[in-house]
Amino acid sequence: MRHDAKVSRRTFMKGSAALVVGFGATGLVARFGLSPSTAAQGINGAPSNQLDSWIAIAADGKVTAYTGKCELGHGLHTAQAQLIAEELSVPFNRVTLLQCDTGVTPDQGTTSGAQSHPTNFNQANLALAGATAREVLAQRAAAHLNLPVQQLLTRDGVVMSRTDASKRVTYGELIAGAKFGTALNTNAARKPQNEWTILGTSIRRPEIPAMVTGQFEYVQNVRVPGMLHGQVVRPPFVGATLERVDESSVRGMPGFVKVVTKKNFVGVVAEKPWQAIQAAAKLSVTWSRGAGLPKHNTFHDTLRTQKPTRDTFTVNSKDVDEKIAGAAKVVKATYLYPYQMHGSFASSCAVADVQGERATIWSASQAVYPLRDSAALVLGLRPENVHVIFRMASGCYGCNGADPVSYDAALLSQSVGKPVRVQLSRKDEMAWENYGYAFVIDQRVGLDAAGNITAWDHESWSAVMGGRPGGGNPGNVVSGMLAGFEPAAFAARSPAPDPTNFGNMSNAVPSYVTGCVGPRCGGTGTVASQRVLTHNIRSPFFTGPLRSPERLQNTFAHESFMDEIAASLKIDPVDYRLRHLADSRLAHVIQEAARLAKWEKRSSPRAAVARTGIVAGRGISCVLYEGNNGYCAAVAEVDVNQTTGAIVVKNLYIASDCGPISNPDGLNNQLEGGALQGMSRALLEEVTWDDEKVTSVDWRTYRPLYLDAVVPVIRTQLINAEGRAMGAGETAVTVVPAAIANAVFDATGARLRQIPFTPERVKAALSTR
Amino acid sequence: MAAFTLRVNGQNHRVDVESDTPLLFVLSDDLALRGPKFGCGLGQCGSCTVMLKGEAVRSCITPVNTVGNSEITTLEGLGTVEKPHPIQQAFIDAQAVQCGFCVNGVIMTAKSYLDKNARASDADIRQALSGVLCRCGAHTRMMHAIRQYAQGARR
Repeated sequence: MRHDAKVSRRTFMKGSAALVVGFGATGLVARFGLSPSTAAQGINGAPSNQLDSWIAIAADGKVTAYTGKCELGHGLHTAQAQLIAEELSVPFNRVTLLQCDTGVTPDQGTTSGAQSHPTNFNQANLALAGATAREVLAQRAAAHLNLPVQQLLTRDGVVMSRTDASKRVTYGELIAGAKFGTALNTNAARKPQNEWTILGTSIRRPEIPAMVTGQFEYVQNVRVPGMLHGQVVRPPFVGATLERVDESSVRGMPGFVKVVTKKNFVGVVAEKPWQAIQAAAKLSVTWSRGAGLPKHNTFHDTLRTQKPTRDTFTVNSKDVDEKIAGAAKVVKATYLYPYQMHGSFASSCAVADVQGERATIWSASQAVYPLRDSAALVLGLRPENVHVIFRMASGCYGCNGADPVSYDAALLSQSVGKPVRVQLSRKDEMAWENYGYAFVIDQRVGLDAAGNITAWDHESWSAVMGGRPGGGNPGNVVSGMLAGFEPAAFAARSPAPDPTNFGNMSNAVPSYVTGCVGPRCGGTGTVASQRVLTHNIRSPFFTGPLRSPERLQNTFAHESFMDEIAASLKIDPVDYRLRHLADSRLAHVIQEAARLAKWEKRSSPRAAVARTGIVAGRGISCVLYEGNNGYCAAVAEVDVNQTTGAIVVKNLYIASDCGPISNPDGLNNQLEGGALQGMSRALLEEVTWDDEKVTSVDWRTYRPLYLDAVVPVIRTQLINAEGRAMGAGETAVTVVPAAIANAVFDATGARLRQIPFTPERVKAALSTR
Repeated sequence: MAAFTLRVNGQNHRVDVESDTPLLFVLSDDLALRGPKFGCGLGQCGSCTVMLKGEAVRSCITPVNTVGNSEITTLEGLGTVEKPHPIQQAFIDAQAVQCGFCVNGVIMTAKSYLDKNARASDADIRQALSGVLCRCGAHTRMMHAIRQYAQGARR
């Protein structure tokens, strides 16, 4: 598979029926001049309900499907092609899947939040399109063959009589490149899971041969005729503003084309990439100093004390203080989490061609339709005149530099009237991205005389600024802000209002409470007395979703704390979790991970811990991701060197239940990768800064897990459940940090409550035993 | 601007560039090769790795005027989609990729090392890859693929 920029929409169109691209809420912006901010910008967009927007069948029987959920390196492209092949009963290689192109594909909002599998593999969207298409084809075949539809079956792109294989008609003959002309049927029958032969199998990803031979076209490889190269010049300090640019400092440099400024946005365009980099380095720019940054080493105190705040109750049974006051025993702990970065392996890149009133942007954005609308704002164009074409970049893991670099390229192209490619420098990528949230989390429980939890009190503080731009907030990322747009306003609110309905999207609510709001209970546990209060403050840095946003931070705190409670009672941590769970599927993944690890039933820390040398331990952690989107549990086995403070994770045992499995090997790859990323975040990663700027600006100053690391042996147990398809790309990363902390405690009796678990922090914890 | 004749994957290419241009930009822009990639531009991640006379080098910090007419091999020079090199086939067989952006540096570094150290242990291979980053966490599968290739190459 070689996706090339030169494959235009016209080429797509030739092979398939005419397309109906949906006009959802974002389309209405263009059509009716609605303010983009007033249009719905849900994570899953507002895709068309017309079958022709999703599937076309050519006269030769080839199937083209259109999806708004893109491949990000997680195998989704393959799984979606499997889905269509399965629902339509055609061989896998007869399906071409086109993804994330505002000229071609349905508006499915953003590819994020582990929402792709639940969105496109249940009774809606892409899966429903496949089921509807098969139903329509069977109905047309019934008329064509003059047979009742019940007597027909579909196989290999043919509809035939169940009893007489000579009575048959191909999809190509039935549809012959014409439109279906029908809406998705919300009652169309999906193919039963027990009949799957393509979906649910480990089909290999077709793009991998091109990737490993240097043929695959990433967005970094997009080249269009007449293209120039841009480089941006970001402020040297957070909050700095532009005072003066001296274009004469670079005039006459080889290949120099233009210096472009807009408010605080500065960029240079040259004929070739190295020329642009050289010119940007030499350009004389005067900036004001920023307002300064809070101290890094006391930032968690800043989180706790800064005003104003935005306060939210997720649950509040209003009896927590009373229950804890009357408890036989109270356990308390505080957990700290740093800012971390997406730190995409490739610095972000985009190509934009802005010609007069029209723009084309090749981007690795997870959100092509929202980017269309927000880039239109940045450029002052009508959204319908902006065409965004997705091309993959390196793994993004969330809101990385893909959107801001798209604005960078577009602004430079608009200024020079020619296509411009921008690839950020490593420093520009790292110093200005939307970091994952820093947190302070206080936990407190009351226990009865039998050791049961009677009340759970959770209070957290985290900092936010900006985020995904959506369709209407280009200032949520750096280049939009520099070009004159404000980040979404910080809406202070205190005190928090009472919750009105239960949702656990951020996993702020621990798994062990009932999650009751009013008469409805959406939690997975048994503890009825519960309070979850969160405070946001305005962050000095841009923040945004980083793989398992908030969920990892909260799960680290919940699952570490559950271990602390069990240890205080000298109860086995698996048993103690099971005692407080009401959800059998969550209990099941815990039991499966424990079984895989040959879990020895006993309390932590292990008996007779040696105070010196290398010691070994085990720990467990679990989550129901987002409260409804994928079960996962992990057991970590670690060695701790008590002299150096180094942690070596030896084994990880992971049990996953995400409903029906679409591609087992792809799922394993996600669990393995997520687990190692979780380990990297737990042990190594933290954004640092000084009084005025970020100092984590390259791989020396922000060092994740390199390939020389001794990585654990990872064993997985995949539970192929029936029912609703859920997410699995963000579960393993969520549970691994607490599993490691709990294993370190088991080995040493020392509790780690601050991520990352650097050797210094490990030694400090050991010294307090 | 200065003219250079580079020998890349067995063919000569004449380019006209500033003499301090890093080799990476010549390969990826002037020659439009997709194997070597810009990841950091600082020699810290490995994505720009090519083989220069069989040695793995970081093309993002190698000025073009230091290369002379030495043979340069890129990922494209090993094999093709239709006929992958055995190390590339090992990565396909192990599905040892997530986003795939780092795989150039991993394969070029591992192959260059194993060409000279056929009996390398896992620890040796890891050490050889100490300057190569994978951000998706495909470490286990990549090591498996490299091990499979090394065993096959020894037979």
